Amino acid sequence: MSDKIIDTNKEYKYGFTTDIESFKAPKGLTEDTIKFISKEKKEPKWLLDWRLKAYKRLKSLKEPNWQKPKYPKIDYQDLYYYSAPKSVKDKPKSLDEVDPKLLETYKKLGIPLDEQKRLSGVAVDAVFDSVSVATTFKGELTKKGIIFCSISEAIQKHPDLVKKYLGSVIPITDHYFATLNSAVFTDGSFVYIPPNVRCPMELSTYFRINASQTGQFERTLIIADKGSYVSYLEGCTAPMRDENQLHAANVELVALDDAEIKYSTVQNWYPGDEDGKGGIYNFVTKRGACRGKNSKISWTQVETGSAITWKYPSCILQGDNSVGEFYSIAITNNHQKADTGTKMIHLGKNTKSKIISKGISAGKADNTYRGLVDISKKATNSRNYTQCDSLLMGNKCGAHTVPYIKNKNSSSTIEHEATTSKINEEQLFYCNQRGLDQEEAVSLIVNGFCKEVLQQLPMEFAVEAQKLVSISLEGSVG
Amino acid sequence: MLELKDLKASIGEKSIIKGLNLHIKSGEVHAIMGPNGSGKSTLANVLSGKNGYEISGSLKFEGENLNEIPIDERAKKGIFLAFQYPIEIPGVNTSNFLKTSLNTIRKSKGEKNLDTITLLKLIKEKASELNIDEKFLSRQLNVGFSGGEKKKNEILQMKLLEPKLAILDETDSGLDIDALKIVADGVNSYKSKKNSFLIITHYQRLLDYIKPDFVHVLSDGKIVKTGNSNLAQELEKTGYKNFN
Repeated sequence: MSDKIIDTNKEYKYGFTTDIESFKAPKGLTEDTIKFISKEKKEPKWLLDWRLKAYKRLKSLKEPNWQKPKYPKIDYQDLYYYSAPKSVKDKPKSLDEVDPKLLETYKKLGIPLDEQKRLSGVAVDAVFDSVSVATTFKGELTKKGIIFCSISEAIQKHPDLVKKYLGSVIPITDHYFATLNSAVFTDGSFVYIPPNVRCPMELSTYFRINASQTGQFERTLIIADKGSYVSYLEGCTAPMRDENQLHAANVELVALDDAEIKYSTVQNWYPGDEDGKGGIYNFVTKRGACRGKNSKISWTQVETGSAITWKYPSCILQGDNSVGEFYSIAITNNHQKADTGTKMIHLGKNTKSKIISKGISAGKADNTYRGLVDISKKATNSRNYTQCDSLLMGNKCGAHTVPYIKNKNSSSTIEHEATTSKINEEQLFYCNQRGLDQEEAVSLIVNGFCKEVLQQLPMEFAVEAQKLVSISLEGSVG
Repeated sequence: MLELKDLKASIGEKSIIKGLNLHIKSGEVHAIMGPNGSGKSTLANVLSGKNGYEISGSLKFEGENLNEIPIDERAKKGIFLAFQYPIEIPGVNTSNFLKTSLNTIRKSKGEKNLDTITLLKLIKEKASELNIDEKFLSRQLNVGFSGGEKKKNEILQMKLLEPKLAILDETDSGLDIDALKIVADGVNSYKSKKNSFLIITHYQRLLDYIKPDFVHVLSDGKIVKTGNSNLAQELEKTGYKNFN
């Protein structure tokens, strides 16, 4: 069955399903569901209480609806909140014990997990529906004192770190989807880099949704202790289905004094078909706290998938001289919609932030950049530079830029530049005249348009991301 | 090589080329001169297949009718246009663009892809022949290039892609005398019995360096006079007024 899906749709090559028996929580969202998840994960009582607190809070919250892309009401009682391959239930201890079907799935996705073939220089945590199925290169990382494991494992083995930092950047009371995640989160990655350690390889998590009618509620927590550095990348895909599936993740980053976290996302969730049927609702809360002085957090995102992308990876610049960066490419084609951007909250003195956003809209898609730059009274001598460029292809798509700017002291400066342009016929003509066909020409021009962002990606992924940019726009210029 | 019979081109209601006949054989250099608005650049666009024109008449390249053939396919068949105003493509590295273009054209000829090192060597070799600084190859395509640099970049591409028919659309305009010589040398060194040139220009001065076999005067969408290189010199003295 899975092969048939691939044949009929070349554009989304990750659309297959893995035929694997899974173990699910009963449908619906109740206190029992939460207790079920917590019990399944053998969690300590404090965490169950934390989840229940979030759930209680959730009942008093309403779904936000100020965003540009609207969607039909989600029936939260008609979803599964926990789905795990049966073979993972008694979690394997080493990669050799991972279900071959799962290994095969990741191989097909281009993420080989077995020791011989795995990506060199990149450690991978593979999350399948609600659970982490494998993490590579653990031994080597442990030697340096680096912890890289699933958050479920971290809860068991490093409860003090988890307890200290979980919810410290995104409080459980934050907003509807963040609170929902806090109540029902299942798995995700955990990273801790000890003081003065530079992580010797890229860390990455690969998220895969497989089961139908299932929400994925990932939770990722990354802590860079004083003077440390880490570069982390996440990738995401899902099978093609007619239904819309919800992915509501929370990602928290904490950078202490002089630490740096570079977080990159290549998001390629199933975008729905040409008529806008199916696809993932990617409603994600990502927030980083530059808690220490001279710390730095840099977000890079390449958003090409999902029916709706709704996220604002943000930086809270608490430490003096801390730096926040946001580099984004958001591509929407056919009926896809995106409302994305960032929040840069300047609290410390001499804090700096930089925002580079490239939005590309084709087909009947709609693309909104929404961003907040907030410089507080105490954040003297702070600076922000924002550049938002939008590229339109065809006459039926839309691009919008909605910047919110607040500067509460007179020694700080904010710069904002925005452009909107259509793909240039003369550029296409020039490329065609040099032998490039229409799709090659579009791909070249768009990749040029996105270059400032693409070059922020780790080398291992930059080439893949460029290809993804091209594939996402195939057929968009007639 | 190229045969145009009663070629007409219009945009909407406006007809620009009004019945043009031209025959270019292998190894020949033809110059087209004419006043502003006579249809020179339109002719270059129509030959390369640019969209937006309504075309009638016959347009044959090596015996094949080009009318329905898209721009990139024509380029692959060996038609090259050196643009009058080469467009800027931000974020696209010049040598990467040259590599992509060259390998695409090579592939269509059934030649194998050149690896990056061989390609770069080839590009640098051709660039130095045109007195182009290597640094220029790592800049974004045509972005911030001077007029002269843009035109040299066009000739560089011509030499790399080795077309059968090269159309130079006012390549001489905006060039100082040194750049003009370099561009002319570039053309002369590429010229052979196997390829042909169609040189579109306002002025005779380029033709001092590149000797045309035929000079045509284009006026109001038609060729009104054809002669040898003496015609160009005559035009320089008398202007186009006799042909309006």
